[in-house]
Formats: sequence, structure tokens, C-alpha cells
Amino acid sequence: MTTTVPLLSSVEVARFVANGFHRINAVVPDDLNEESIGVFDAGIPVVYHGRPVPEVYEEGSFVRRLLDVPAVAGALHSLIGPDPIVDHQALHVREPREGAAQALHADAIIDTRPDAFDVQLMYYPHEVTGTMGGTLSVPGSHLRRTNESDTGRYQNLRGQSRLTCPAGTVVLLHHGIWHGGRRNDSGTRRYMFKIRFNPTVPQVRLWDTADLDDPRIAQELGRFFPWCEHATGRLEIYNRIKLWRAMTGDASFDIDLWATRVANRPGRAA
Amino acid sequence: MKQQVLVLYLNNSALDSEVLAWAFYDGTGKTEPTTGDSDQPPYDSGTEALRDGWRLFQASQLIPPYPGHEYDTSYMKHEFFFEKLE
Repeated sequence: MTTTVPLLSSVEVARFVANGFHRINAVVPDDLNEESIGVFDAGIPVVYHGRPVPEVYEEGSFVRRLLDVPAVAGALHSLIGPDPIVDHQALHVREPREGAAQALHADAIIDTRPDAFDVQLMYYPHEVTGTMGGTLSVPGSHLRRTNESDTGRYQNLRGQSRLTCPAGTVVLLHHGIWHGGRRNDSGTRRYMFKIRFNPTVPQVRLWDTADLDDPRIAQELGRFFPWCEHATGRLEIYNRIKLWRAMTGDASFDIDLWATRVANRPGRAA
Repeated sequence: MKQQVLVLYLNNSALDSEVLAWAFYDGTGKTEPTTGDSDQPPYDSGTEALRDGWRLFQASQLIPPYPGHEYDTSYMKHEFFFEKLE
């Protein structure tokens, strides 16, 4: 992976920190989308790799060409950094008229890292309409400390995203986001190919930082989400401030004094 | 008699606060609710559910944060279970 690809801006990365995802509509070319179904139908096993991209996917292979799409490569570099580890891959298929949705969950296990995160790439090779069971996700849920499907009791939340998208859409997710495959009420198979990446470098200023002083960064990080309790929403902002401090190396960053106020202990040691 | 269970997650600990999230489990078998099947909550508040005949049978307690974890966020905080019998 090179750094000559189009990187995300600071505002876009701040939006990722708040939302827990970065979505790129119809970014993958039609010829790759058409090729993908054959690749998927031939079988893609769930494999836990733990090795760098070039060791897992051969140069010129379908997945390498997917990861080399410039906007995908640039967004991945901006969030996870250069030379990430392929954690695992999985093909998710929602069969026509399946009986039930997946329980709302976060992948893997509870993950308390305050200054690092994995990124999950989700690729949708064909159009996903409203009845095809597009992935449910809950924007802004990724910093909540919950374990896998213990959130399964929650069926619907205000402001949830029930994905519909054009062919070739890629979504990059923070590992902690609550999500699940929805029930496919259509007569069409729905595919989604996922790769989880682990960082190999500190995730600090990996994007295009030319706009690091843009006031829209605070607006993005200070969002309230419709599903989030008002009081807990304030804690969410506090936690995003901490993550933004870690990702920028700027320990003084704050929004409306949320972090400064509760650390102010005049005359006391830290 | 068969039980229908409605779970509402409210904006704060007051029963008349806004519904933020919801789940429905139908013991009558007449409906098959599932994850991500609706963007619109069945009621705007807990009290609106009461007015429609739902009986409250459990509410989440107010538990102080664990020391050292005051800023952690986790599960939805204000969970209310209601039932109807048919």
C-alpha cells in the first residue's frame, strides 16, 4: 500500500471517530463487481490470517485489486495506517427470505483499547435494496464497552442505519460498532465480503492533516445521536475527545471544556 | 393466556421520557419481530405505552458507576419491560 492514494481529510476522520464508519458509495468499478460474484460463489473460507496483505492476497488477485481501488486504499491508509495485518476475512450471505436477522453485535470480543482500533472493510458487490437485508448498524455505538451479542436484546434504535446502497459500495467500520445482517425479505441473495485489519503503526495523523484546525472537526466530534441517552451522549463526546487526542497527539484538544473541566485540580499533582 | 413483551429504552430514568430504542417479543405467534425491522418506535414515551394498555413489570435500577469507570459507556441505561396478556 502506498501513500500516493487520496487520503481522508481531518474532518472526514473526525466524522469516522464520531460515527464509527466511513462509507464510500459505488467506489468499486463495475468489472470488479461483476467478477466478484464468481469469486464468492467459488467459495471464500473464513480464515484467520494474522499476516500482511501481500502475504495473504497475491498481486493481481481479486482482493488485491479491490484493496488497490484508490479511494479504498486512501481511506484504509488514513484510518489503519500502512502495511496493516489481515486479521480475518469472511463472506456473509443473506439467503432469500431468511427467517430472522442476526442479533445486534460487535465483532470479536469486548475491546478496551483507548488509542488503537481495528478497521473492518465491508464490500457490497451489487445493489442492496430495502428488502434485501442490508447491514443494520448503529452510528456512534462503537465506543460503548459491550461484549459481542450481549446487545442482542436491542431490535431497533432511533437513527439506526439500515443499509441500502449501489453496487460497489465499501464501508469501513470501527471494530466496536453495533451491527448485524438484517432479515432478507427479498428473493435475491445478498452478498457482503468482509476483511478485518489490525494496525501495525500508531494510528496518529495518518490522514491528510492540512485541515486540522477546521472548526467542523469539533462539530463532528460533538454530535449527539438520536438513540443515545442525553446524559450518556455527553460521555460519548468526552470519549471521542480522548480518542481524537490520541489520534492527533494533541493532549490539549477539547470541545466546550468537557475534558478540561474534569481534569482541573489546581495545585494537585496529575 | 399468552404474553407479549415490549421493551422500551428511554432517554432518562423517568417513565415519561422519550423512547430511544425498542424491542418486541410476541408470545401469541401472530407477528415475527426481528432486529432492524423498523425505524419508527411504537410509542414516543413510556407513559404513552401505559395509556395503550401495556403493564410495566420491570425497570432498570439506577446504579452508580464503578470507581474508575465513571466515563465509560456501555449498555442502554434506562430499560423498561412491559407486557400484555392475550
